Amino acid sequence: MTDFKNLDISTAKECLLKKEFSSLELTEFFIDRIKKSNLNCFITNTFENAIEMAKESDKKISRNREIRDLEGIPIGMKDLFCTKGVRTTAGSKILENFVPFYESTVSNNLISDGAVILGKTNMDEFAMGSANTTSFFGNVINPLKSSEENTKDLVPGGSSGGSASSVAANLCMAATGSDTGGSIRQPASFCGLVGLKPTYGRCSRFGMIAFASSLDQAGPITKTVKDAALMLQSMSSYDEKDSTSSRKPIPQYLDFLNFDIRGKKIGLPTEYKVEGLNSDIVKVWDDTINLFKKNGAEIVNISLPHTSFALPTYYIIAPAEASANLARYDGVKYGFRENSDDLEDMYELTRAKGFGDEVKRRLMIGTYVLSAGYYDAYYLKALKVRQLISDDFKSAFEKCDVILTPTTPNVAFPIGEKQNDPIEMYLNDVLTVPASLAGLPAISVTAGKNSNNLPIGMQVIGRPFDEISILAAGKLIEEYRSFL
Amino acid sequence: MSYLIDGKTGKWELVMGLEVHAQIKSNSKLFSKASTFWGGKPNSQVELVDSGMPGALPVINEYCVDQAIKTGLSLNAKINKKSIFDRKNYFYPDLPQGYQISQFEHPIVGNGFLVIETEDGQKRIGITRIHLEQDAGKSIHDQDNQNSFIDLNRSGCALMEIVSEPDLNSPQEAAQYVKKLRAILRCIGSCDGNMERGNLRADVNVSVRKPGQKLGTRCEIKNVNSIKFIQQAIEYESRRQVELIENGQNISQETRLFDPNNGETRTMRGKEESHDYRYFPDPDLPPLVVNDDRIEKIKNELPELPDEKKKRFKEQYKLKDYDAEILVEDQFVSSFFEELAEKRDSKIVVSWVTVELFSYLKKKDAQLQDSKIKSKKIGDLLDLIINGSISNRQAKEIFEEYIETDLEASDFIKKKGVKQVSDKSEIEALIKSVLQKNVEMVNDYKKGKDKLFGFFVGQVMKESKGKANPQLVNQVLKDLLSK
Repeated sequence: MTDFKNLDISTAKECLLKKEFSSLELTEFFIDRIKKSNLNCFITNTFENAIEMAKESDKKISRNREIRDLEGIPIGMKDLFCTKGVRTTAGSKILENFVPFYESTVSNNLISDGAVILGKTNMDEFAMGSANTTSFFGNVINPLKSSEENTKDLVPGGSSGGSASSVAANLCMAATGSDTGGSIRQPASFCGLVGLKPTYGRCSRFGMIAFASSLDQAGPITKTVKDAALMLQSMSSYDEKDSTSSRKPIPQYLDFLNFDIRGKKIGLPTEYKVEGLNSDIVKVWDDTINLFKKNGAEIVNISLPHTSFALPTYYIIAPAEASANLARYDGVKYGFRENSDDLEDMYELTRAKGFGDEVKRRLMIGTYVLSAGYYDAYYLKALKVRQLISDDFKSAFEKCDVILTPTTPNVAFPIGEKQNDPIEMYLNDVLTVPASLAGLPAISVTAGKNSNNLPIGMQVIGRPFDEISILAAGKLIEEYRSFL
Repeated sequence: MSYLIDGKTGKWELVMGLEVHAQIKSNSKLFSKASTFWGGKPNSQVELVDSGMPGALPVINEYCVDQAIKTGLSLNAKINKKSIFDRKNYFYPDLPQGYQISQFEHPIVGNGFLVIETEDGQKRIGITRIHLEQDAGKSIHDQDNQNSFIDLNRSGCALMEIVSEPDLNSPQEAAQYVKKLRAILRCIGSCDGNMERGNLRADVNVSVRKPGQKLGTRCEIKNVNSIKFIQQAIEYESRRQVELIENGQNISQETRLFDPNNGETRTMRGKEESHDYRYFPDPDLPPLVVNDDRIEKIKNELPELPDEKKKRFKEQYKLKDYDAEILVEDQFVSSFFEELAEKRDSKIVVSWVTVELFSYLKKKDAQLQDSKIKSKKIGDLLDLIINGSISNRQAKEIFEEYIETDLEASDFIKKKGVKQVSDKSEIEALIKSVLQKNVEMVNDYKKGKDKLFGFFVGQVMKESKGKANPQLVNQVLKDLLSK
């Protein structure tokens, strides 16, 4: 079997069209690798479907008719996207046996563009987690290892841990993720990949199981920036089924290849030099700044004064929305039910046994901050601070075109760490959450490695709907990182 | 002064506000394309949102928004150009999302009013607000010993909650208010107003106080679904409150249920058990924004409203206030009346519609609209009275039978042998024979005993077995006696 490792989507597509290999060969290659993998990346495999889809793509290619943008490209689908006839769990026991009879718009877009779906990737339960350790289906292992001797397995990050790990381990060419506070960017950073969270409203949320509706946004996890653009092109759409979906015209994202970074202003927020920022990361950040300088970009210092409030704001708004979004999992209509003669008991037992600890913690926080007497002090105040954070970005973007920061304060950590203190776990998101609250597009691209050979991601945040600029900036980092 | 309750310690005043839930007339639900058709097979009209499926999202039905705007405009209310949908959180099996999408702080319609007729004349009842919200499904408990079933056909149907000011002071006023509101909603077509089907139901907030004193503690009676029950519930509840206070007890603010079987209200849940609904803006829905053009367009398309129609009826048909009011309560009735009055004396038409026809319908417990009675059916009969073929009294006697027959009016009276004698010579002959039998009385009459005129009429009618045309009898008798 040909080795298709480290193949990117655009190369694969060229080869498929030249009939150097078939989609079936490519698909079988990844299926074989998934079968041999012990990283626990997939919750549900859809190999039979995948083979059918690959054959269909090969037919189209051989007839040279109706060839679609992602024809025959095998990908992973985060198990947060409802897939018609394929079990969709959101990483939870409560949906352990849930099979949707409808297709999410994002997965539908990808399938319509010819992508071959290999399976549903593992994730933190209801996308709540930063290490993929909260999944009912077990934690995911990062294929990357520290160069130190006898080190433990590392987390892939979360919540899109299965997606990131599977791409990094060459179990698929790309995968979908969803990002509420960093769930695409942080695992992409931990696994040495590209993760792109588009502007809120760019990808439809229809059929994507909701965690925090005002923040959730689908996006791709890929090996290269170009692949991210290709995936994003397919995933994006205006959708009348999602009232928060944007009608703004969708550009040709590959146009980023012609985007000139010279003369562009790169903003450096002083507030992002947070306490506990790893020194290796600070170094890579400085190197990246110099890279932009060398390539003719202008570096400007900017201020995002409310940055320190972002994390607490996020951990009020997201759980508040989640507390309502997850109320539907009550054992009445579908999913797991713990029977009882008493209705209240049935509710309590179903939810006590159906949800994991992290989900329950956030549901309780969310219920609390919305309660009579606490609403004003927590939820309402958080909404106001969220506005201030958005305003910070708005003024910053008057001075710069994109904002450059590290993606995470630390590199991937061993499985089992940070499990006892939720706050420590939440701090993983401190650099990604502000852009989420402001609904801005952001990309994480690997910019270097630490002394133990673990990847360090840089985050580029853009203006609303300016995905082209962050792709271009990401491309520069990608091109030059080996020289850093 | 109006309605007061006699207590041991004196008179008590009743203060009430109503929250009316009106199901919006629309083919599809508030946030989904599922049908709202009544009487469908359980769970056959359910989309993803209505069943709370994972990843389902609500999309506003703009037609329902128009209906709410229309309703607001016809209640003289302010339309809020920006309103917000909130989630009202509580667990119940027939609430599939675990929350109801409603409007809390920023409803689509603000302050308005409507006018009702009371014994003391017209009274303006304030409308506090109208907001849009989803209806819940239905729990069915009587199909199985072990299980309850849920029908989600109603889940997600659009409701308007119309909240009044505490301006109502008697059971009659509450009834008038609901009738008037229903008349307006039906007139503009924003709600069918069918209380039996539950598409109009009311929560009644009742409190009592000594006249002039500050407001008492209120109790809310939930989901009362007929005007009669609303009145009964208020009567019982206000008396209960008066008795409690007079016995030195406090009213505890609570939610109560009305039991139509015994006419009483009972506690549903106390204040301490009241839900914390944890309202917050629904992040799935952007603020609802309506512009001036849209409001203006709806305003221009409003039909003639009951109050305007009443005014016109009083002028055009010279109707009394009371008659006009009951005719405009129902759009169908008022059109029916207008069809009849178009070519006929409105006086006879109004009396036949509001007295004969209404009492017939009441006896049959039917609504005119559903009764299949056509205006032509009534009109044909009225024409026979007007042209003198039968008398008013004869018509009344055969009315019920006539309504239920398929025969034409003229054929029916022929068959029944009902006929009015309007032939002048025939009547003259009758009168002459009566006068000949009562020569003495004729003399008395001529001497000035005017009252005997009635006696002669009676005798003539008796001779004719009631078939003589009374007007003609009067006229001819007068002529003959004056000779």
